Amino acid sequence: MSISKSDVERVARLARIGIEPHEAESYSIDLSNILTLVEQMNKIDTEGIQPMAHPQDIQLRLRDDEVKEVNKRDQFQTIAPAVKAGLYLVPKVID
Amino acid sequence: MPHRQSLSALNRMLVTGGISSTEITTHFLDRIEQSQQLNAFVSVNREQTLAQAQQADDSRLNEPNSDLKGLPVALKDIFCTQDLLTSCGSRILSNFVSPYDATVVERLDKDGFIVLGKTNMDEFAMGSSNESSYFGPVLNPWNTARVPGGSSGGSAAAVAARLAPAAIGTDTGGSIRQPAAFCGLTGLKPSYGRISRYGMVAYASSLDQAGPITQSAEDAALLLQTMAGFDSRDSTCLDTAVPDYLSALNTGLENVRLGIPKEFLDPSIDAEVLSAIETALEEFEKLGAKLVDIELPNSSAGIAAYYVIAPAEASSNLSKFDGVRYGHRTAEFSDLLDMYEKSRAEGFGDEVKRRILIGTYALSAGYYDAYYLKAQKVRRIIANDFSQAFKQCDLIAGPTTPSTAFPLGENLDDPVSMYLNDVFTVPVNLAGLPAISLPVGFDQSGLPIGLQLIGPYLKEANILSAAHSYQKVTDWHLRIPGDYE
Amino acid sequence: MTHWESVIGLEVHVQLQTQSKIFSGASTHYGADPNTQACAVDIALPGILPVMNRTAVQMAATFGLATGATINHRSVFARKNYFYPDLPKGYQISQYEIPIVSGGKINIGEGDTQKQIRITRAHLEEDAGKSLHDGLGEMSGIDLNRAGTPLLEVVSEPDMRSPAEAIAYLRKLHSLVRYLKICDGNMQEGSFRCDANISIRVKGDSELGIRTELKNINSFRFIERALNHEIQRQIDLIEDGGKVVQETRLYDPDTDQTRPMRGKEEAHDYRYFPDPDLPPLVIEDAEVEYLRSSLPELPDARCDRFIDAYQLRRSDAQQLTADRGIADYFEETVREAGGNSKIAANWVTGDLMAALNRDNLPIEQSRVSPILLGRLIYRISDQSISGTIAKDIFSDLWDNGGDVDQIIEARGLKQISDSAELEQVVEEILSKFSEQADQVRQGQGKVLGFLVGQVMKETGGKANPKAVNEILSRKLSP
Repeated sequence: MSISKSDVERVARLARIGIEPHEAESYSIDLSNILTLVEQMNKIDTEGIQPMAHPQDIQLRLRDDEVKEVNKRDQFQTIAPAVKAGLYLVPKVID
Repeated sequence: MPHRQSLSALNRMLVTGGISSTEITTHFLDRIEQSQQLNAFVSVNREQTLAQAQQADDSRLNEPNSDLKGLPVALKDIFCTQDLLTSCGSRILSNFVSPYDATVVERLDKDGFIVLGKTNMDEFAMGSSNESSYFGPVLNPWNTARVPGGSSGGSAAAVAARLAPAAIGTDTGGSIRQPAAFCGLTGLKPSYGRISRYGMVAYASSLDQAGPITQSAEDAALLLQTMAGFDSRDSTCLDTAVPDYLSALNTGLENVRLGIPKEFLDPSIDAEVLSAIETALEEFEKLGAKLVDIELPNSSAGIAAYYVIAPAEASSNLSKFDGVRYGHRTAEFSDLLDMYEKSRAEGFGDEVKRRILIGTYALSAGYYDAYYLKAQKVRRIIANDFSQAFKQCDLIAGPTTPSTAFPLGENLDDPVSMYLNDVFTVPVNLAGLPAISLPVGFDQSGLPIGLQLIGPYLKEANILSAAHSYQKVTDWHLRIPGDYE
Repeated sequence: MTHWESVIGLEVHVQLQTQSKIFSGASTHYGADPNTQACAVDIALPGILPVMNRTAVQMAATFGLATGATINHRSVFARKNYFYPDLPKGYQISQYEIPIVSGGKINIGEGDTQKQIRITRAHLEEDAGKSLHDGLGEMSGIDLNRAGTPLLEVVSEPDMRSPAEAIAYLRKLHSLVRYLKICDGNMQEGSFRCDANISIRVKGDSELGIRTELKNINSFRFIERALNHEIQRQIDLIEDGGKVVQETRLYDPDTDQTRPMRGKEEAHDYRYFPDPDLPPLVIEDAEVEYLRSSLPELPDARCDRFIDAYQLRRSDAQQLTADRGIADYFEETVREAGGNSKIAANWVTGDLMAALNRDNLPIEQSRVSPILLGRLIYRISDQSISGTIAKDIFSDLWDNGGDVDQIIEARGLKQISDSAELEQVVEEILSKFSEQADQVRQGQGKVLGFLVGQVMKETGGKANPKAVNEILSRKLSP
């Protein structure tokens, strides 16, 4: 199965990765090749097999409901691209 | 000369007072400066590191004979450190200084290890050649026209050239074992959950695992002892006791059943690699091991499943890099969407973009079942194959890679052929098992060849002792590239 | 003229009142300075990992038990992937294929109008941060204090057929989560938020129409207006030959309009997949049984008990049990009042509620304790004071505090039932109003009230009206 340029554009938009029109072309070739590799899976019969999301068979560990964190805002925001009055600044968000 | 010594040997010298941490650390820092052409390190802070060495020496005065004080190691740039940049080989984190330390870093520090510097790597650990780094490729000390392997290429090159006595890497599909094989080193990928992932920048969360890249199995045991153990901050980190790996090193190979999967001795792989592996297996037999033929019938589909699962998880893990709270933000943008798309387009390299796109595709509406879910089912089948195999054998042996280190640039334009390097290492990550790569010879052109030993879940001790037994009677692991002796 | 029927399903986000966040140890306290309660996990620093809060799990299971739902032994956390600045990781950890709670029901209405609303599922997830716009020019500011606050998303079946039913369901749900003490129910602070799925169809049709999702209807006051508005919009649309488009719309209380959301216009493709950082959540049967045994008495059961035990009208019982605090207050009052439940019911639903509403206080902060109100009611029932005097004492207690008997004593408000004393007052009144007295004797019974009134006036309301009546009728009987 091959990935068309428009597939590439759709996926790139979902992934928020800006791509130039000429890039879409080469990505559609690369990604199609990868899909061809990936589709070797289809040779394997997985009828009735449970998907494996975790390599270990363990259950979720739960934490006690205690406040353990202190305010580190200033330290965290020294590495932020843009902040004002303790807020992270971004281009206007429209609901 | 300290760089001719193993980590364990340096430790013994420190304990007996034969050498100081400052002497060792200075020596390696000098070698790092003299070997910048390898591009093995991304960041080093000489003063800071020497200060830590001095501290180690001072505290040793108060507690003579105390173990592990002031041993320097190199750290893959994927581990969060407050003292040094944490770039993950990416432009998007090229300015990132972590406000906290990874659990692995805390554990190393607690046991008195000193971080010599942060090593170069494939961007976000995505690669098998260390050519995808924003900071440029790393060269293989055995032949600088060749790649060191990836993604922990900087860590491997650093140890191979003895710019550090040992290094820490991470392994998601072979990123410790493949560079160890390409650089003539011992590389251990522990069981998933053995070492905390907290503070390790995530590539594929269900596959990532930290581990040591060393000169010997003994050194690997030394570092694993420090790195392994429970961490309440990682919900996938096991709360089970850590065995004494060092004392288990000498259990020997008597009657150990070595399973040889015929799928791993595929004629399509490099003939020189094959013969080196066969010679090594004869050596294991001499040491008392019994060779048994086994099957891993579906392991060849590992690559296919891996290149769905890893990119799918990565596409989600790397969404946090949006230029809002840290990392690269584009200079000019018209609106929010534009800021996201430009920041990420500028911040990520080609291979990372490819994997984010393929992963996003595999998870997107209409493709989830055919790709992601199918891959998860294949993953279970591959894991089941291993458990079946371990009913007939104690360890599984085979080549780590189908070939020795390939020339720089060879696979750059062909992602798929690059991916095929991981054919023998990837199934192990899918199953969450421990495995080691150890040097077992060289090809005609003098490039190292690695043998992989795979063990049952949490059986690191068995793998290490098997590797140690082999290394006691061979000297491949002691070889140093001519220019760096 | 077609008869339209609206079909409404609700998704309610219930903020669980834990101390710390669902996946981090940061505080969930409301109203702190921006980003001072956003820890490394909440701002999604590279390398961080989530660790699940046990109390959030217990609260979710408790809700499931209280609604007769199934608590799934094994549930799975998934990642819901989308980019938004208030979502630091670029995905929200939620439950998708297997939620912690499946099924369940909530009863609304009473008698013949009683109806069961089915709950499809309730799942655990993390809240997002907030975007602020004021005073930042072309930029928005992101505050991540709320990011990671535990939410229980309660999803109903499209079982409601009118805004009124939707409101009834919401009030019931609101009362329930407060009974269970899993949510403070504060809608101003966003602790209880509602989205509605609305479609219309011709009455009698079995097919569902195309629905719109209405977001941001977060006060009982707006919900009914918002729903009515959206239903009318759809009716007009269709009657004008148009079609309803499936979309997410935002209600703006200021204009009383709904409009499509611009921010999320792009086709949704959340790419859910199991979160590899979180193994499956398993709840053992023993844990479920423990939680079941610790369930409090629930509103419906308590309402029925009030009807039997206190002989109350259903409407009063419902009013008294809708809020756990008020129900507790009422029961304590009755105990102090020596079991005079009917009078107590009238006082709690009447004067007390009025006073609370006037000063805008929650029952927990009532200026008159249930013990005081109980004693006051006791004094009415033992005839020490009249109802009128009691109202006077109540407002005195409300404004100045103090003790019931002291006030009665100090202000000499004790009711006069002693006949000798009353006889005397009556005589005075009869001589003072001899004309009216004669009219009564001539059979104009209604004038009697006037004379009673005069006696009450004379005694400053302290005379026992019943006794006064007897004496007057006796003296004036022809």
